[in-house]
Amino acid sequence: MDLKQLYQDIILEHGKSPRNFGKCEKYTHKAKGHNPLCGDQVQIYVKLDNKKKVEDLTFEGSGCAISIASTSIMTELVKGRTYKIVKKLVKNFINMIKNVEEIKLENLDEDQKTKVMSLSGVKKYPMRVKCATLAWHTLTSAIDQKNEEVNTEASDS
Amino acid sequence: MHINDVKSQFPIFSKKINGKPLVYLDSSNSAQKPISVINSLDNFYKNEFSNIGRSIHSLAVNATNKFEETRMNVKKFINASSKDEIIFTKNATESINLVATTFGYQNIKKGDEILITELEHHSNYIPWHYLRETRGAIIKFAPINDDGDIIIDKLKELITSKTKIIAVTHVSNVTGTVVPIKEIIEIARKKNIPVLVDGCQSAPHIKIDVKDLDCDFYAISCHKVYGPTGVGILYAKKKWLEKLPPYIGGGGMISEVKKDKVTYASLPEKYEAGTMPTAEVVAFNESIKFMESIGIENIIKHEKELTNYALEKMKKINSVNIIGNPKNKTSVISFTIKGIHPHDISTIVDEQGVAIRAGHHCCQILHERLNLSATARASIGVYNTKEDIDILCKAIENCRKVFDLK
Repeated sequence: MDLKQLYQDIILEHGKSPRNFGKCEKYTHKAKGHNPLCGDQVQIYVKLDNKKKVEDLTFEGSGCAISIASTSIMTELVKGRTYKIVKKLVKNFINMIKNVEEIKLENLDEDQKTKVMSLSGVKKYPMRVKCATLAWHTLTSAIDQKNEEVNTEASDS
Repeated sequence: MHINDVKSQFPIFSKKINGKPLVYLDSSNSAQKPISVINSLDNFYKNEFSNIGRSIHSLAVNATNKFEETRMNVKKFINASSKDEIIFTKNATESINLVATTFGYQNIKKGDEILITELEHHSNYIPWHYLRETRGAIIKFAPINDDGDIIIDKLKELITSKTKIIAVTHVSNVTGTVVPIKEIIEIARKKNIPVLVDGCQSAPHIKIDVKDLDCDFYAISCHKVYGPTGVGILYAKKKWLEKLPPYIGGGGMISEVKKDKVTYASLPEKYEAGTMPTAEVVAFNESIKFMESIGIENIIKHEKELTNYALEKMKKINSVNIIGNPKNKTSVISFTIKGIHPHDISTIVDEQGVAIRAGHHCCQILHERLNLSATARASIGVYNTKEDIDILCKAIENCRKVFDLK
Protein backbone atom coordinates (compact mmCIF):
# COMPACT_ATOMS: atom_id res chain seq x y z
CA MET A 1 0.00 0.00 0.00
CA ASP A 2 1.21 3.44 -0.82
CA LEU A 3 0.29 6.31 1.47
CA LYS A 4 0.71 8.78 -1.37
CA GLN A 5 -2.14 6.99 -3.15
CA LEU A 6 -4.36 7.74 -0.19
CA TYR A 7 -3.05 11.15 0.75
CA GLN A 8 -2.78 12.68 -2.70
CA ASP A 9 -1.97 16.38 -2.93
CA ILE A 10 -5.54 17.21 -3.94
CA ILE A 11 -6.85 15.55 -0.76
CA LEU A 12 -4.33 17.24 1.50
CA GLU A 13 -5.06 20.60 -0.10
CA HIS A 14 -8.85 20.23 0.23
CA GLY A 15 -8.38 18.87 3.75
CA LYS A 16 -6.44 21.97 4.76
CA SER A 17 -8.54 24.52 2.87
CA PRO A 18 -12.01 23.08 2.32
CA ARG A 19 -14.24 24.80 -0.25
CA ASN A 20 -17.77 25.91 0.52
CA PHE A 21 -17.23 25.73 4.27
CA GLY A 22 -19.85 27.43 6.42
CA LYS A 23 -23.59 27.90 6.41
CA CYS A 24 -25.03 29.19 3.13
CA GLU A 25 -27.74 31.80 3.17
CA LYS A 26 -31.34 30.79 2.67
CA TYR A 27 -30.66 27.07 2.49
CA THR A 28 -33.76 25.00 1.85
CA HIS A 29 -32.49 21.61 3.04
CA LYS A 30 -30.05 20.48 5.69
CA ALA A 31 -28.93 17.26 7.32
CA LYS A 32 -26.51 16.10 9.96
CA GLY A 33 -24.08 13.20 9.60
CA HIS A 34 -22.14 11.47 12.34
CA ASN A 35 -19.62 8.68 12.55
CA PRO A 36 -19.92 7.41 16.13
CA LEU A 37 -16.75 5.33 15.85
CA CYS A 38 -14.45 8.29 15.38
CA GLY A 39 -16.61 11.29 16.22
CA ASP A 40 -16.55 12.82 12.73
CA GLN A 41 -19.44 15.21 12.28
CA VAL A 42 -20.81 17.01 9.24
CA GLN A 43 -23.72 19.38 8.61
CA ILE A 44 -24.79 19.84 5.01
CA TYR A 45 -26.73 22.91 3.86
CA VAL A 46 -28.37 22.82 0.42
CA LYS A 47 -30.27 25.51 -1.44
CA LEU A 48 -32.47 23.89 -4.07
CA ASP A 49 -34.25 26.15 -6.55
CA ASN A 50 -37.82 25.54 -7.70
CA LYS A 51 -36.57 23.19 -10.44
CA LYS A 52 -34.76 21.13 -7.80
CA LYS A 53 -31.36 22.34 -8.97
CA VAL A 54 -28.61 22.77 -6.39
CA GLU A 55 -28.11 26.51 -6.31
CA ASP A 56 -25.81 26.46 -3.33
CA LEU A 57 -24.24 23.79 -1.13
CA THR A 58 -22.04 24.27 1.92
CA PHE A 59 -20.97 22.31 4.98
CA GLU A 60 -19.72 22.62 8.52
CA GLY A 61 -18.08 19.98 10.67
CA SER A 62 -14.90 18.36 11.80
CA GLY A 63 -13.10 15.22 10.77
CA CYS A 64 -10.02 13.68 9.24
CA ALA A 65 -8.36 14.82 6.02
CA ILE A 66 -10.20 12.17 4.00
CA SER A 67 -13.64 13.16 5.28
CA ILE A 68 -13.08 16.92 4.96
CA ALA A 69 -11.57 16.58 1.47
CA SER A 70 -14.32 14.26 0.31
CA THR A 71 -16.97 16.72 1.53
CA SER A 72 -15.20 19.68 -0.02
CA ILE A 73 -14.80 17.95 -3.40
CA MET A 74 -18.42 16.83 -3.24
CA THR A 75 -19.65 20.40 -2.82
CA GLU A 76 -17.69 21.46 -5.89
CA LEU A 77 -19.03 18.62 -8.03
CA VAL A 78 -22.64 18.92 -7.02
CA LYS A 79 -23.22 22.67 -7.18
CA GLY A 80 -25.32 23.68 -10.16
CA ARG A 81 -26.59 20.18 -10.88
CA THR A 82 -30.13 18.89 -10.93
CA TYR A 83 -31.54 16.61 -8.25
CA LYS A 84 -31.51 13.66 -10.63
CA ILE A 85 -27.84 14.05 -11.59
CA VAL A 86 -26.87 14.60 -7.94
CA LYS A 87 -28.49 11.32 -6.95
CA LYS A 88 -26.63 9.57 -9.74
CA LEU A 89 -23.30 11.13 -8.75
CA VAL A 90 -23.75 10.09 -5.13
CA LYS A 91 -24.59 6.53 -6.12
CA ASN A 92 -21.61 6.30 -8.48
CA PHE A 93 -19.24 7.76 -5.92
CA ILE A 94 -20.29 5.40 -3.13
CA ASN A 95 -20.07 2.43 -5.48
CA MET A 96 -16.57 3.47 -6.51
CA ILE A 97 -15.36 3.86 -2.91
CA LYS A 98 -16.90 0.56 -1.90
CA ASN A 99 -15.23 -0.97 -4.91
CA VAL A 100 -18.50 -2.22 -6.38
CA GLU A 101 -17.73 -0.71 -9.77
CA GLU A 102 -15.52 1.80 -11.54
CA ILE A 103 -16.89 5.29 -11.29
CA LYS A 104 -19.05 6.36 -14.19
CA LEU A 105 -17.69 9.72 -15.13
CA GLU A 106 -20.07 10.78 -17.88
CA ASN A 107 -21.25 13.91 -16.11
CA LEU A 108 -17.84 15.18 -15.11
CA ASP A 109 -15.20 17.27 -16.85
CA GLU A 110 -11.49 16.40 -16.75
CA ASP A 111 -10.73 18.49 -13.68
CA GLN A 112 -13.68 17.00 -11.81
CA LYS A 113 -12.70 13.49 -12.83
CA THR A 114 -9.21 14.03 -11.39
CA LYS A 115 -10.69 15.24 -8.11
CA VAL A 116 -13.06 12.29 -7.74
CA MET A 117 -10.37 9.82 -8.69
CA SER A 118 -8.06 11.30 -6.04
CA LEU A 119 -10.39 9.75 -3.48
CA SER A 120 -10.31 6.30 -5.04
CA GLY A 121 -7.24 5.34 -2.95
CA VAL A 122 -9.61 4.99 0.02
CA LYS A 123 -10.84 1.69 -1.47
CA LYS A 124 -7.74 -0.04 -0.17
CA TYR A 125 -8.41 1.14 3.40
CA PRO A 126 -11.71 -0.48 4.46
CA MET A 127 -11.66 1.24 7.85
CA ARG A 128 -11.57 4.62 6.13
CA VAL A 129 -14.39 4.12 3.63
CA LYS A 130 -16.87 5.65 6.06
CA CYS A 131 -14.75 8.78 6.31
CA ALA A 132 -15.09 9.30 2.56
CA THR A 133 -18.78 8.46 2.22
CA LEU A 134 -20.27 10.21 5.29
CA ALA A 135 -20.91 13.55 3.54
CA TRP A 136 -22.36 11.87 0.44
CA HIS A 137 -24.89 9.93 2.51
CA THR A 138 -25.68 13.11 4.43
CA LEU A 139 -26.26 15.01 1.18
CA THR A 140 -28.79 12.38 0.13
CA SER A 141 -30.53 12.69 3.47
CA ALA A 142 -30.69 16.48 3.05
CA ILE A 143 -32.12 16.60 -0.47
CA ASP A 144 -34.55 13.78 0.19
CA GLN A 145 -35.63 15.54 3.39
CA LYS A 146 -35.34 12.43 5.44
CA ASN A 147 -34.97 14.58 8.55
CA GLU A 148 -32.84 12.02 10.26
CA GLU A 149 -29.24 12.13 11.30
CA VAL A 150 -27.02 9.97 9.12
CA ASN A 151 -25.15 7.52 11.26
CA THR A 152 -22.38 5.55 9.58
CA GLU A 153 -23.05 2.62 11.88
CA ALA A 154 -26.73 2.49 10.97
CA SER A 155 -26.47 3.17 7.24
CA ASP A 156 -25.04 0.67 4.79
CA SER A 157 -21.95 2.80 4.26
CA MET B 1 11.41 -14.12 33.62
CA HIS B 2 13.68 -11.22 32.76
CA ILE B 3 11.96 -8.26 31.16
CA ASN B 4 14.14 -8.55 28.04
CA ASP B 5 12.85 -12.08 27.43
CA VAL B 6 9.20 -11.10 27.55
CA LYS B 7 8.68 -10.20 23.89
CA SER B 8 9.85 -13.60 22.69
CA GLN B 9 6.96 -15.17 24.64
CA PHE B 10 4.44 -13.58 22.27
CA PRO B 11 4.10 -15.41 18.93
CA ILE B 12 2.40 -12.45 17.26
CA PHE B 13 5.64 -10.48 17.29
CA SER B 14 7.14 -12.81 14.72
CA LYS B 15 4.48 -11.58 12.28
CA LYS B 16 5.03 -8.73 9.86
CA ILE B 17 2.45 -5.97 9.46
CA ASN B 18 2.60 -4.19 6.11
CA GLY B 19 6.02 -5.77 5.68
CA LYS B 20 7.31 -4.29 8.94
CA PRO B 21 7.82 -5.83 12.39
CA LEU B 22 4.74 -5.24 14.53
CA VAL B 23 5.04 -2.38 16.99
CA TYR B 24 1.98 -2.95 19.14
CA LEU B 25 0.99 0.12 21.12
CA ASP B 26 -2.69 -0.61 21.62
CA SER B 27 -2.53 -2.66 24.82
CA SER B 28 -5.00 -0.41 26.65
CA ASN B 29 -7.51 -1.56 24.10
CA SER B 30 -6.52 -5.22 24.34
CA ALA B 31 -3.21 -6.88 25.12
CA GLN B 32 -1.46 -9.57 23.07
CA LYS B 33 -1.29 -13.12 24.46
CA PRO B 34 1.79 -15.02 25.63
CA ILE B 35 2.38 -18.53 24.29
CA SER B 36 1.48 -20.10 27.65
CA VAL B 37 -2.05 -18.69 27.44
CA ILE B 38 -2.43 -19.80 23.81
CA ASN B 39 -1.12 -23.28 24.65
CA SER B 40 -3.51 -23.56 27.57
CA LEU B 41 -6.50 -22.81 25.32
CA ASP B 42 -5.22 -25.28 22.74
CA ASN B 43 -4.54 -27.98 25.32
CA PHE B 44 -7.85 -27.57 27.09
CA TYR B 45 -9.86 -27.98 23.90
CA LYS B 46 -7.68 -30.83 22.64
CA ASN B 47 -7.26 -32.86 25.80
CA GLU B 48 -9.37 -31.64 28.69
CA PHE B 49 -12.60 -30.18 27.44
CA SER B 50 -15.74 -30.61 29.45
CA ASN B 51 -18.37 -28.35 30.90
CA ILE B 52 -17.87 -27.60 34.58
CA GLY B 53 -19.86 -28.04 37.76
CA ARG B 54 -22.52 -30.36 36.41
CA SER B 55 -21.45 -33.85 35.34
CA ILE B 56 -19.44 -36.10 37.60
CA HIS B 57 -17.26 -37.87 35.05
CA SER B 58 -13.47 -37.50 35.21
CA LEU B 59 -13.17 -34.84 32.52
CA ALA B 60 -15.80 -32.70 34.23
CA VAL B 61 -14.07 -33.02 37.60
CA ASN B 62 -10.73 -32.03 36.12
CA ALA B 63 -12.22 -29.08 34.22
CA THR B 64 -14.05 -27.88 37.33
CA ASN B 65 -10.86 -28.11 39.38
CA LYS B 66 -8.90 -26.10 36.84
CA PHE B 67 -11.64 -23.50 36.61
CA GLU B 68 -11.63 -23.12 40.39
CA GLU B 69 -7.85 -22.98 40.43
CA THR B 70 -8.04 -19.79 38.36
CA ARG B 71 -10.54 -18.39 40.83
CA MET B 72 -8.13 -19.10 43.69
CA ASN B 73 -5.31 -17.41 41.83
CA VAL B 74 -7.41 -14.36 41.00
CA LYS B 75 -8.24 -14.15 44.69
CA LYS B 76 -4.53 -14.09 45.50
CA PHE B 77 -3.72 -11.76 42.57
CA ILE B 78 -6.00 -9.01 43.90
CA ASN B 79 -5.80 -10.04 47.57
CA ALA B 80 -9.48 -10.76 48.11
CA SER B 81 -10.62 -12.30 51.40
CA SER B 82 -12.45 -15.25 49.91
CA LYS B 83 -12.79 -17.07 46.60
CA ASP B 84 -16.53 -16.47 46.92
CA GLU B 85 -15.87 -12.82 46.22
CA ILE B 86 -14.57 -13.57 42.71
CA ILE B 87 -17.27 -13.74 40.04
CA PHE B 88 -16.42 -14.57 36.44
CA THR B 89 -18.28 -12.51 33.87
CA LYS B 90 -18.06 -11.92 30.12
CA ASN B 91 -15.98 -8.76 30.53
CA ALA B 92 -15.58 -5.77 32.83
CA THR B 93 -18.54 -4.12 31.12
CA GLU B 94 -20.74 -6.99 32.27
CA SER B 95 -19.20 -6.79 35.75
CA ILE B 96 -20.24 -3.15 36.05
CA ASN B 97 -23.67 -3.83 34.55
CA LEU B 98 -24.15 -6.61 37.10
CA VAL B 99 -23.56 -4.18 39.95
CA ALA B 100 -25.55 -1.30 38.45
CA THR B 101 -28.54 -3.55 37.76
CA THR B 102 -28.66 -5.52 41.02
CA PHE B 103 -27.58 -2.66 43.27
CA GLY B 104 -29.90 -0.30 41.42
CA TYR B 105 -32.81 -2.69 41.79
CA GLN B 106 -32.34 -2.82 45.52
CA ASN B 107 -31.14 0.66 46.37
CA ILE B 108 -31.86 3.32 43.75
CA LYS B 109 -35.07 5.33 43.85
CA LYS B 110 -36.13 8.43 41.95
CA GLY B 111 -33.90 11.36 42.86
CA ASP B 112 -31.11 9.23 44.30
CA GLU B 113 -27.63 10.21 43.19
CA ILE B 114 -24.83 8.24 41.57
CA LEU B 115 -21.43 9.91 41.59
CA ILE B 116 -18.99 9.14 38.77
CA THR B 117 -16.20 11.23 37.22
CA GLU B 118 -15.34 12.95 33.95
CA LEU B 119 -12.63 10.32 33.39
CA GLU B 120 -14.97 7.36 33.04
CA HIS B 121 -15.07 4.97 30.11
CA HIS B 122 -18.57 4.61 28.66
CA SER B 123 -18.80 1.22 30.38
CA ASN B 124 -18.71 2.96 33.76
CA TYR B 125 -21.31 5.50 32.71
CA ILE B 126 -23.94 3.85 30.51
CA PRO B 127 -24.91 1.14 33.07
CA TRP B 128 -25.62 3.96 35.56
CA HIS B 129 -27.36 5.96 32.86
CA TYR B 130 -29.86 3.09 32.59
CA LEU B 131 -30.78 3.79 36.20
CA ARG B 132 -31.32 7.41 35.26
CA GLU B 133 -33.69 6.25 32.53
CA THR B 134 -35.50 3.53 34.45
CA ARG B 135 -35.40 4.81 38.03
CA GLY B 136 -35.02 8.55 37.70
CA ALA B 137 -31.59 8.51 39.31
CA ILE B 138 -29.34 11.57 39.05
CA ILE B 139 -25.80 11.14 37.77
CA LYS B 140 -23.15 13.59 38.93
CA PHE B 141 -19.70 13.91 37.40
CA ALA B 142 -16.73 14.76 39.60
CA PRO B 143 -14.70 17.21 37.51
CA ILE B 144 -11.06 16.96 36.50
CA ASN B 145 -8.49 19.72 36.13
CA ASP B 146 -6.58 20.41 32.90
CA ASP B 147 -3.84 17.98 33.94
CA GLY B 148 -6.38 15.15 33.98
CA ASP B 149 -6.52 14.75 37.77
CA ILE B 150 -9.83 14.49 39.60
CA ILE B 151 -10.41 17.54 41.78
CA ILE B 152 -10.98 15.77 45.08
CA ASP B 153 -12.44 18.81 46.86
CA LYS B 154 -15.07 19.11 44.14
CA LEU B 155 -15.81 15.41 44.37
CA LYS B 156 -16.37 15.84 48.13
CA GLU B 157 -18.75 18.73 47.48
CA LEU B 158 -20.82 16.58 45.14
CA ILE B 159 -21.53 13.98 47.82
CA THR B 160 -24.92 14.51 49.44
CA SER B 161 -27.26 12.52 51.65
CA LYS B 162 -28.78 11.20 48.40
CA THR B 163 -25.51 9.76 47.06
CA LYS B 164 -26.07 6.01 46.93
CA ILE B 165 -22.90 4.81 45.20
CA ILE B 166 -19.62 6.16 43.84
CA ALA B 167 -18.25 4.56 40.66
CA VAL B 168 -14.78 5.60 39.60
CA THR B 169 -11.99 4.33 37.41
CA HIS B 170 -8.67 3.32 38.97
CA VAL B 171 -6.72 4.47 35.89
CA SER B 172 -7.89 6.58 32.94
CA ASN B 173 -7.66 4.90 29.56
CA VAL B 174 -6.98 8.28 27.92
CA THR B 175 -4.67 10.26 30.20
CA GLY B 176 -3.30 7.31 32.18
CA THR B 177 -4.21 9.18 35.39
CA VAL B 178 -3.87 6.96 38.44
CA VAL B 179 -6.82 8.05 40.55
CA PRO B 180 -6.24 8.26 44.34
CA ILE B 181 -8.82 5.54 44.89
CA LYS B 182 -7.90 4.93 48.49
CA GLU B 183 -8.49 8.55 49.38
CA ILE B 184 -11.88 8.52 47.61
CA ILE B 185 -12.88 5.32 49.38
CA GLU B 186 -11.93 6.81 52.74
CA ILE B 187 -14.14 9.80 52.00
CA ALA B 188 -16.99 7.49 50.97
CA ARG B 189 -16.54 5.27 54.06
CA LYS B 190 -17.19 8.19 56.37
CA LYS B 191 -20.57 8.64 54.71
CA ASN B 192 -21.26 4.93 54.39
CA ILE B 193 -21.38 5.05 50.57
CA PRO B 194 -20.22 1.97 48.63
CA VAL B 195 -17.57 2.40 45.94
CA LEU B 196 -17.18 0.55 42.65
CA VAL B 197 -13.76 0.72 41.01
CA ASP B 198 -13.27 0.17 37.28
CA GLY B 199 -9.94 -1.66 37.25
CA CYS B 200 -9.60 -2.27 33.50
CA GLN B 201 -6.56 -0.08 33.03
CA SER B 202 -4.96 -0.79 36.39
CA ALA B 203 -4.95 -4.59 36.54
CA PRO B 204 -2.19 -5.08 33.90
CA HIS B 205 -0.04 -2.22 35.21
CA ILE B 206 -0.17 -1.71 38.96
CA LYS B 207 -0.50 -3.80 42.10
CA ILE B 208 -4.10 -4.36 43.10
CA ASP B 209 -5.01 -5.03 46.68
CA VAL B 210 -8.76 -4.90 47.21
CA LYS B 211 -8.38 -5.48 50.95
CA ASP B 212 -6.07 -2.51 51.31
CA LEU B 213 -8.28 -0.34 49.06
CA ASP B 214 -11.36 -1.49 50.99
CA CYS B 215 -13.49 -1.05 47.83
CA ASP B 216 -16.91 -2.66 47.61
CA PHE B 217 -16.68 -3.67 43.95
CA TYR B 218 -13.75 -3.99 41.54
CA ALA B 219 -14.12 -4.80 37.81
CA ILE B 220 -11.38 -6.35 35.66
CA SER B 221 -11.18 -7.21 31.97
CA CYS B 222 -9.01 -10.30 31.46
CA HIS B 223 -8.13 -9.70 27.81
CA LYS B 224 -6.31 -6.54 28.85
CA VAL B 225 -4.28 -8.58 31.35
CA TYR B 226 -2.68 -10.74 28.62
CA GLY B 227 -5.59 -13.16 28.90
CA PRO B 228 -8.27 -14.52 26.57
CA THR B 229 -11.28 -12.53 25.41
CA GLY B 230 -14.68 -13.40 26.85
CA VAL B 231 -13.66 -13.30 30.51
CA GLY B 232 -14.13 -10.54 33.00
CA ILE B 233 -13.96 -10.47 36.76
CA LEU B 234 -16.14 -8.87 39.33
CA TYR B 235 -14.70 -8.66 42.80
CA ALA B 236 -17.37 -7.79 45.35
CA LYS B 237 -17.38 -7.88 49.11
CA LYS B 238 -19.20 -10.96 50.25
CA LYS B 239 -21.79 -8.98 52.18
CA TRP B 240 -22.91 -7.40 48.89
CA LEU B 241 -23.03 -10.62 46.90
CA GLU B 242 -25.10 -12.20 49.65
CA LYS B 243 -27.45 -9.24 49.89
CA LEU B 244 -27.93 -8.33 46.21
CA PRO B 245 -30.33 -10.29 43.99
CA PRO B 246 -29.01 -12.55 41.24
CA TYR B 247 -28.35 -10.98 37.83
CA ILE B 248 -28.71 -13.47 34.98
CA GLY B 249 -31.00 -16.41 35.59
CA GLY B 250 -30.59 -19.91 34.22
CA GLY B 251 -28.69 -23.11 34.72
CA GLY B 252 -25.99 -23.40 37.32
CA MET B 253 -27.15 -20.52 39.51
CA ILE B 254 -30.01 -22.28 41.29
CA SER B 255 -30.31 -24.36 44.42
CA GLU B 256 -33.83 -25.73 43.97
CA VAL B 257 -36.44 -25.18 41.29
CA LYS B 258 -40.16 -25.80 41.86
CA LYS B 259 -43.20 -24.71 39.90
CA ASP B 260 -43.98 -22.05 42.46
CA LYS B 261 -40.59 -21.31 43.95
CA VAL B 262 -36.90 -20.99 43.06
CA THR B 263 -33.97 -20.76 45.42
CA TYR B 264 -30.54 -19.70 44.32
CA ALA B 265 -27.11 -21.28 44.55
CA SER B 266 -24.59 -20.04 47.07
CA LEU B 267 -21.60 -17.91 46.08
CA PRO B 268 -20.01 -17.61 43.64
CA GLU B 269 -22.36 -19.74 41.48
CA LYS B 270 -25.31 -17.46 42.23
CA TYR B 271 -23.82 -15.02 39.72
CA GLU B 272 -22.50 -17.46 37.13
CA ALA B 273 -25.53 -18.61 35.13
CA GLY B 274 -25.21 -20.69 31.99
CA THR B 275 -22.12 -22.32 30.54
CA MET B 276 -19.09 -20.21 31.36
CA PRO B 277 -16.13 -19.51 29.04
CA THR B 278 -14.45 -22.52 30.55
CA ALA B 279 -11.29 -22.80 28.44
CA GLU B 280 -10.78 -19.06 28.67
CA VAL B 281 -11.07 -18.93 32.46
CA VAL B 282 -8.66 -21.87 32.72
CA ALA B 283 -6.22 -20.09 30.36
CA PHE B 284 -6.44 -16.88 32.36
CA ASN B 285 -4.61 -18.67 35.13
CA GLU B 286 -1.60 -18.68 32.79
CA SER B 287 -1.91 -14.89 32.36
CA ILE B 288 -1.62 -14.43 36.10
CA LYS B 289 1.34 -16.82 36.24
CA PHE B 290 2.92 -14.88 33.36
CA MET B 291 2.55 -11.56 35.22
CA GLU B 292 3.88 -13.12 38.42
CA SER B 293 6.85 -14.71 36.66
CA ILE B 294 8.02 -11.21 35.68
CA GLY B 295 6.94 -9.62 38.96
CA ILE B 296 4.59 -6.65 39.20
CA GLU B 297 7.39 -4.45 40.53
CA ASN B 298 9.48 -5.18 37.43
CA ILE B 299 6.50 -4.53 35.17
CA ILE B 300 5.88 -1.17 36.83
CA LYS B 301 9.56 -0.21 36.57
CA HIS B 302 9.82 -1.23 32.91
CA GLU B 303 6.65 0.53 31.83
CA LYS B 304 7.54 3.66 33.78
CA GLU B 305 10.93 3.87 32.09
CA LEU B 306 9.44 3.38 28.64
CA THR B 307 6.67 5.91 29.28
CA ASN B 308 9.12 8.56 30.42
CA TYR B 309 11.35 7.80 27.44
CA ALA B 310 8.38 8.09 25.06
CA LEU B 311 7.05 11.28 26.63
CA GLU B 312 10.42 12.98 26.47
CA LYS B 313 10.95 11.97 22.86
CA MET B 314 7.43 12.78 21.68
CA LYS B 315 7.42 16.21 23.33
CA LYS B 316 10.43 17.12 21.19
CA ILE B 317 8.53 16.49 17.96
CA ASN B 318 7.11 19.70 16.55
CA SER B 319 3.35 20.16 16.86
CA VAL B 320 2.86 17.05 19.04
CA ASN B 321 0.66 17.76 22.05
CA ILE B 322 0.43 15.26 24.92
CA ILE B 323 -3.04 15.05 26.51
CA GLY B 324 -3.01 15.55 30.26
CA ASN B 325 -0.20 15.77 32.76
CA PRO B 326 -1.49 13.87 35.80
CA LYS B 327 0.46 13.62 39.05
CA ASN B 328 0.75 9.88 38.75
CA LYS B 329 0.24 8.00 35.52
CA THR B 330 0.53 4.62 33.85
CA SER B 331 1.78 3.87 30.37
CA VAL B 332 -1.08 5.38 28.35
CA ILE B 333 -0.05 8.30 26.14
CA SER B 334 -2.77 10.17 24.26
CA PHE B 335 -1.66 12.87 21.86
CA THR B 336 -2.63 15.09 18.98
CA ILE B 337 -0.60 16.56 16.13
CA LYS B 338 -1.60 20.05 15.08
CA GLY B 339 -2.90 19.89 11.52
CA ILE B 340 -3.37 16.11 11.34
CA HIS B 341 -6.51 14.32 12.46
CA PRO B 342 -5.90 11.30 14.75
CA HIS B 343 -7.44 8.95 12.18
CA ASP B 344 -4.97 10.08 9.58
CA ILE B 345 -2.16 9.62 12.13
CA SER B 346 -3.28 6.06 12.81
CA THR B 347 -3.46 5.15 9.11
CA ILE B 348 -0.03 6.61 8.39
CA VAL B 349 1.80 5.01 11.32
CA ASP B 350 0.14 1.69 10.49
CA GLU B 351 2.16 1.66 7.28
CA GLN B 352 5.25 1.40 9.51
CA GLY B 353 3.71 -1.53 11.39
CA VAL B 354 2.76 0.69 14.33
CA ALA B 355 -0.62 -0.14 15.90
CA ILE B 356 -2.14 2.73 17.89
CA ARG B 357 -5.74 3.74 18.50
CA ALA B 358 -7.48 6.88 17.31
CA GLY B 359 -10.86 8.27 18.28
CA HIS B 360 -12.54 9.10 21.57
CA HIS B 361 -11.57 5.78 23.18
CA CYS B 362 -15.10 5.35 24.56
CA CYS B 363 -14.64 8.54 26.58
CA GLN B 364 -16.78 11.19 24.93
CA ILE B 365 -17.41 13.01 28.21
CA LEU B 366 -13.67 13.37 28.79
CA HIS B 367 -12.99 14.47 25.21
CA GLU B 368 -15.72 17.08 25.46
CA ARG B 369 -14.19 18.32 28.73
CA LEU B 370 -10.81 18.58 27.01
CA ASN B 371 -12.36 20.26 23.95
CA LEU B 372 -11.16 17.53 21.64
CA SER B 373 -13.17 15.50 19.15
CA ALA B 374 -10.57 12.75 18.94
CA THR B 375 -7.05 11.85 20.06
CA ALA B 376 -4.39 9.35 19.02
CA ARG B 377 -3.28 6.95 21.75
CA ALA B 378 -0.14 4.90 22.18
CA SER B 379 -0.45 2.50 25.09
CA ILE B 380 2.53 0.54 26.33
CA GLY B 381 2.49 -3.06 27.49
CA VAL B 382 5.02 -5.25 29.20
CA TYR B 383 6.42 -6.47 25.84
CA ASN B 384 7.24 -3.04 24.43
CA THR B 385 10.81 -1.83 24.07
CA LYS B 386 12.72 1.39 23.49
CA GLU B 387 13.03 0.40 19.83
CA ASP B 388 9.22 0.35 19.62
CA ILE B 389 9.15 3.93 20.90
CA ASP B 390 11.85 4.97 18.42
CA ILE B 391 9.83 3.48 15.55
CA LEU B 392 6.67 5.20 16.82
CA CYS B 393 8.45 8.57 16.90
CA LYS B 394 9.83 8.04 13.39
CA ALA B 395 6.34 7.12 12.21
CA ILE B 396 4.98 10.32 13.79
CA GLU B 397 7.66 12.30 11.94
CA ASN B 398 6.49 10.57 8.78
CA CYS B 399 2.93 11.84 9.41
CA ARG B 400 4.32 15.34 9.36
CA LYS B 401 6.13 14.56 6.13
CA VAL B 402 3.05 13.08 4.42
CA PHE B 403 1.04 16.14 5.45
CA ASP B 404 3.88 18.43 4.47
CA LEU B 405 3.96 20.14 7.89
CA LYS B 406 6.84 22.50 8.52
